[in-house]
Amino acid sequence: MITGRPIGEDDLQAYVDQALEPARRDEVKAYLDRHPDIAARVAGYAAQRDALRDALKPIAEEPVPPELSLARLIEARERRRFRPGSRAVAAAVLCLALGGVSGWSARSLTLPPETGIIALGEEAAASYAVYAPDRKRPVEIDAGGRDELIRWVSNRLQHPVSVPDLATAGYRFMGGRLVATAHGPAGLFLYDDDKGIRIAVLVRPMAVEKEATMSELNYGSVAGYAWANDGIGYSLVSEAPAQMLHPLADEVRRQISGKI
Amino acid sequence: MVKTESIAMNDMMLLIEPQIPALRRYARALLRDTAAADDLVQDCLERAIGRWHQRRSDGDARTWLFTILHNLAASRLRQRTRRGLHMSLEDAESALPARPASQEDALRHRDLLRGLAALPEDQRSVLLLVAVEELSYAETAAVLDVPIGTVMSRLSRGRHKLMQLMDSPAPAGAESTSGQTHLRRIK
Repeated sequence: MITGRPIGEDDLQAYVDQALEPARRDEVKAYLDRHPDIAARVAGYAAQRDALRDALKPIAEEPVPPELSLARLIEARERRRFRPGSRAVAAAVLCLALGGVSGWSARSLTLPPETGIIALGEEAAASYAVYAPDRKRPVEIDAGGRDELIRWVSNRLQHPVSVPDLATAGYRFMGGRLVATAHGPAGLFLYDDDKGIRIAVLVRPMAVEKEATMSELNYGSVAGYAWANDGIGYSLVSEAPAQMLHPLADEVRRQISGKI
Repeated sequence: MVKTESIAMNDMMLLIEPQIPALRRYARALLRDTAAADDLVQDCLERAIGRWHQRRSDGDARTWLFTILHNLAASRLRQRTRRGLHMSLEDAESALPARPASQEDALRHRDLLRGLAALPEDQRSVLLLVAVEELSYAETAAVLDVPIGTVMSRLSRGRHKLMQLMDSPAPAGAESTSGQTHLRRIK
């Protein structure tokens, strides 16, 4: 099909870049066959294009340096969001300061909203901060009332929960309680070891992020992991470096996936 | 389905990660400084992660990433000009790929990249995005925020100018590897 449209400089460029419709490409080709001088220029451009790609290709073939690892950058960002003094915390403080007066507009400052396991991890850290240091009454129902605790939490969460066993890792089950979160009730289980180091496991149903791989959390002195499995979110936190808690979180995850 | 953090993370790994080598190539070809280019890519990736939720879901991730990177590169280049910083040719060349197929290729590539560096920045960007990164004209126009017609005229002028540079004798002091024979060799 011949359109009869004159050949323009744009057509020549697009010919080099192989960006023409087949019909137009044939027309340009026929034109170049009749004009060897222009054909030579176009061939030069095509060679230039190939040479540029050859010359720069090795850069794209280099191994990507660790500073540009996407997983690492995402993780670093998550950690920054949790750190006290971060934008989210500053906004939360501002929320409290403004109170009911303009709570709604202040809320929008916390963008992006903390949802899913991010929120779950924050709730676990907040509960840990309140209950773990309590020497007198850290738990509402102690280890002896394990069955009663399981019934209570399962009823309120409307989901059967089990208490992970960390005895093999050296952590005794102390007991637990129901705690309030911005996303409804959650079960809090506490453990301690011979040195008095306490660990908290928080469990609640997830409205969003019903399945999430384990993420590391870091809030300064409190660290841990959060993940979600079959609509239930879990977070394990303590006053220990996250890496030390990793085997414990793995153990909890292993027990839960085996039981539910 | 609610867009959750983990889905967003999976999307990012799927759509951003494969583009990292190309982003590095574009940044280095523009800045001719390996460390500065990688800093720029890191900045670009951090912004992309932070703004992932604001991205238009119908938009192409690659175009979006190149837009962020190009804007960062452009402001970096403007800073450089303002401060009167000028890279020495040696610095610039140490940033270029060092593993050519042959000695002849090495000289040819060095000449070509010198020529590329001598182009005005707006022509160099278009040539890199179209010829090397294989963005469409429309995508290139979106990255540079200019009409397609402007992309076409910069492309045409850039190719013509680069051809002339390769065709003319090398500047005094530089080893003469350019010239007519060289041009014939390209073909």
